[in-house]
Amino acid sequence: MTFWRQAREIARKDLRTEIRTGEVFFVTIPFGAVALMLIPLAIGTDAPLLRDVGPGMYWVVILLFGVLVALRQSGVDEGPQLDVLGLLGVDPAARFVGRAGATTLLLLAFELALGPVALALYDPAPKGWGWIAVLIPMVAIGLGLLGTLAATIAASIASSALVPLLVAPLSVPILLAAAQTMEGLALGNTIVGWILLLLIMDLLLAVAGVLSARPLQEASR
Amino acid sequence: MTQPLVELQRVGVRMGETPILRGLDLTVSAGEIVGLVGANGSGKTTLLRVIATLLAPTDGRGTILGAPLDGEERFRIRSRIGLIGHTPGLYPNLTLQENTQFVARLVGVPDARVGEVLDRVGLAGARHRRAAQCSHGMQRRAEFARMLLTEPHLVLLDEAHAGLDRHAADLVAYIIAGVRSRGGGAVLVSHEDNRIAPLADRVVELRDGSVAERGPA
Repeated sequence: MTFWRQAREIARKDLRTEIRTGEVFFVTIPFGAVALMLIPLAIGTDAPLLRDVGPGMYWVVILLFGVLVALRQSGVDEGPQLDVLGLLGVDPAARFVGRAGATTLLLLAFELALGPVALALYDPAPKGWGWIAVLIPMVAIGLGLLGTLAATIAASIASSALVPLLVAPLSVPILLAAAQTMEGLALGNTIVGWILLLLIMDLLLAVAGVLSARPLQEASR
Repeated sequence: MTQPLVELQRVGVRMGETPILRGLDLTVSAGEIVGLVGANGSGKTTLLRVIATLLAPTDGRGTILGAPLDGEERFRIRSRIGLIGHTPGLYPNLTLQENTQFVARLVGVPDARVGEVLDRVGLAGARHRRAAQCSHGMQRRAEFARMLLTEPHLVLLDEAHAGLDRHAADLVAYIIAGVRSRGGGAVLVSHEDNRIAPLADRVVELRDGSVAERGPA
């Protein structure tokens, strides 16, 4: 009970901070939308081509800018705040879960905000809305966990330079599964394998994050 | 015989090749208030972080509230330690009330207590102000409020008097009286002997990472 209460309070604090700073809503989401708009400018007004590449481009933008959501400055606990949390007896795993939960909610908002932009610009005519409703939160969870884990590792070695190197390879299965699910839905192919891959990635990242939370937090002091 | 709250034996801390603490012995008994003085760079803050179990020593051994410094048990006793460090650990974008409430909810203290402790430290009128918009003294008071909520058994104050008016400085005495009445103890760090001597049972001086002198306050 204490674990979940701590995780909930950490998430609540992170979301409240984000509402005050507007880092995701007023910076990352507009930049993500601009990135989606720039691609048609670069490719040209080839409607069939845009329709084909649209879903893939959407997920690439979600991945690249989603990392910025996970690494937002407003979600970082500085040294004195980490000390306070440690001395309050907050379980580092609860902190990881809370922070990843807040990041997942923000990523979900990010995906939902950019969805209509992608639909308007690329006209991809997606099929299988029921599966897409499953896919979107699963990607948000995966990226939320991955970004939070990467941020925790970066804090433990006091270097954010490593974050892209950590995120890039681990995000490939998530990106691949998301893009292939959309393509499978469009072509009427089975997508169960890709959804399973996403599920496995989400579970692996959750386990890795929870198990490594304590040693990484201690290393960051 | 009651076990000491803090018992450090030949404790040393190195940062790379640089020794910060060297062969340091220190004991804080139950109900005892120890003052720790020393020049800048003498190792006071490092020693306080070792006592708070936030920094593992590279040499020596010891126990804090009965838990060995290098064991897993230190994670369990951390919630009984209260530390106010150099830099306030408040979240700048949360109000003073939200910062205090955050701590209250994490430790399972009813929300009603938040208003009481903010009132006690003289922040009732500023409770809706964000921490970033508050002076250093007000942030310190908010940290005292959090300490009143958690009622730690071992209180560690690092330059807690710095930048405080007289009323806020009285809060330090109030907190120390509280921890003493609970059978706990405190370590007060300052580079000014005269600020902590009236509060401490004895004063220890640190010089170049070692205890140079000790005696009654």
